[in-house]
Amino acid sequence: MTLQLKSEASKGIALSAPATLYVGLLVAVPLGILVVYSFWTQTYVDIDRTFTWANYKEALQDPLVRHLIRRSILIAGMVTIVTVALAYPIAYFIAFKTQKKTLWLLLITIPFWSSYLLRVFSWKLILGFNGVMNSALLGLGMIDEPLTFLLYNEFAVVLTLAHAWAPFAILPLYVSLQKIDRSLLEAADDLGSGPVLCFLRVTLPLTVPGIIAACLIIFIPTVGDYVTPALVGGSEGKMIANLIQVQFGAANNWPFGATLSLMAMLAVGLVAITFVIVTQTAGRRIR
Amino acid sequence: MNKLQRFFPGLQSYAVLYLVFLYLPVLLLPLFSFNDGTIVAFPLKGFTLKWYGQLGEADTLIQALFNSLFVGAVSAIVSTSFGLFAARAYARYRFKGREVSEGLVMLPLVIPGIIVASSMLVLFLSIGLQPSLMTVILGHVFLAIPFAVSIMKSAFDEFDQSLEEAAFDLGETVVGTFRRVTLPIVAPGIIASLLVTFTVSFDEFVLAFFLSGNQPTLPVYIWSQIRFPAKLPSTLALGSLLLLFSVLLLLTAEYFRRRSTKSSV
Repeated sequence: MTLQLKSEASKGIALSAPATLYVGLLVAVPLGILVVYSFWTQTYVDIDRTFTWANYKEALQDPLVRHLIRRSILIAGMVTIVTVALAYPIAYFIAFKTQKKTLWLLLITIPFWSSYLLRVFSWKLILGFNGVMNSALLGLGMIDEPLTFLLYNEFAVVLTLAHAWAPFAILPLYVSLQKIDRSLLEAADDLGSGPVLCFLRVTLPLTVPGIIAACLIIFIPTVGDYVTPALVGGSEGKMIANLIQVQFGAANNWPFGATLSLMAMLAVGLVAITFVIVTQTAGRRIR
Repeated sequence: MNKLQRFFPGLQSYAVLYLVFLYLPVLLLPLFSFNDGTIVAFPLKGFTLKWYGQLGEADTLIQALFNSLFVGAVSAIVSTSFGLFAARAYARYRFKGREVSEGLVMLPLVIPGIIVASSMLVLFLSIGLQPSLMTVILGHVFLAIPFAVSIMKSAFDEFDQSLEEAAFDLGETVVGTFRRVTLPIVAPGIIASLLVTFTVSFDEFVLAFFLSGNQPTLPVYIWSQIRFPAKLPSTLALGSLLLLFSVLLLLTAEYFRRRSTKSSV
């Protein structure tokens, strides 16, 4: 029996090894190399391989870096809040109010299998000075001059990202709403709590795990988004990923780029962990 | 239910509005790709197919398309194989480190793209791999693994262990059982995974932007085109075709995924 168990375990390990090792190595090794690079310095075409904290000092003192990291986190935070807030009623609707769940879930996911690049680009066309929105509003006579606040700012970035990440909020929220035992809701109803109280005291706390999952799955990747700020952000909406790309591209300062990547990851990690702790505590408090 | 209905009277109309918001930018591309004018604004100028006609003459576009098809196909096959093995292990065997492994393979979903891209570029150049389609494939397999694993996991969830045992008892070999019992049952899941991972790779931009060197994939090519206003209409036509293609692939994948899980979602 023990022998069989052992061979079962080794079969499991052997079968899961390729995927695990592939992902594990491609996370660990590049990160390790980034760490090493971040302690080197770029001297014109060569890389000086003496250990130094210079990149970190420079990054911490550079107001642009601090500004971009702060703005990236703020924008990603806003995107997360907006996306989850807009998505919650939809997830609620699909879970509780419609019989055609499969159709709705399909309808919501279909647009997101088109190219991300083209979807973002499409927002640029919608929001532009001579774009779709302005020309439509002018044509309808609702405005006299094209609106200029639509494109090339933080608003455009938040709107575009809130659109791009919608299904990543709806799906986890839907799953957590769907899992709720309906008899709990009936019990709350029978015991005389109105619909509002029932939602706040039963439904909402039970979906906290789903809310946390949705927030993390949106927040973490959006902090490092490159395409959206590059296309619709203008100079006001640039984020840290754009600066990182410059370091690996035009500026050709890989050690500094590596430092920025690591600092961005660290910042994301800290915010995410704080968020999880705060939300879980709050979730327990509500009950 | 009635109480909730009174509580959220506008929920259905909100859901419909939300769908409009989701579909508006996506449907704009095909709409203006047939517009006889170079500026993307209302009013529409008239119907034309000339932007689609121009696509056939762009040699770099055709090359980028073949690059993307190649990268997508290889990435799909490799990541689906990884996913097939891993999901089989998670569904069938109890072993130490299973949960760690299950969590780890989902990691590519939550690492910001720019960090994956920059760190892989540094890694590949450090070990002497020049940016090429090869390095893009290595990156895309990494990104596609979580999708492959989760699709294959749901395919194995419904899998009845006793079928395999029966095959063994009736004298099939391990390989024979896998080929004649296991594989046919999870085949729809495999097809769904191949299609989804292909789409993930086919649409991916940031990694390919960093890792493709002078062999652009289709999204990298599009990125180089969208800066030129004159190229705009044909880019829209290209985008519309890609949209159609992706949606068809995904609907096919969805069909096979349904068949593999058999459960109504």
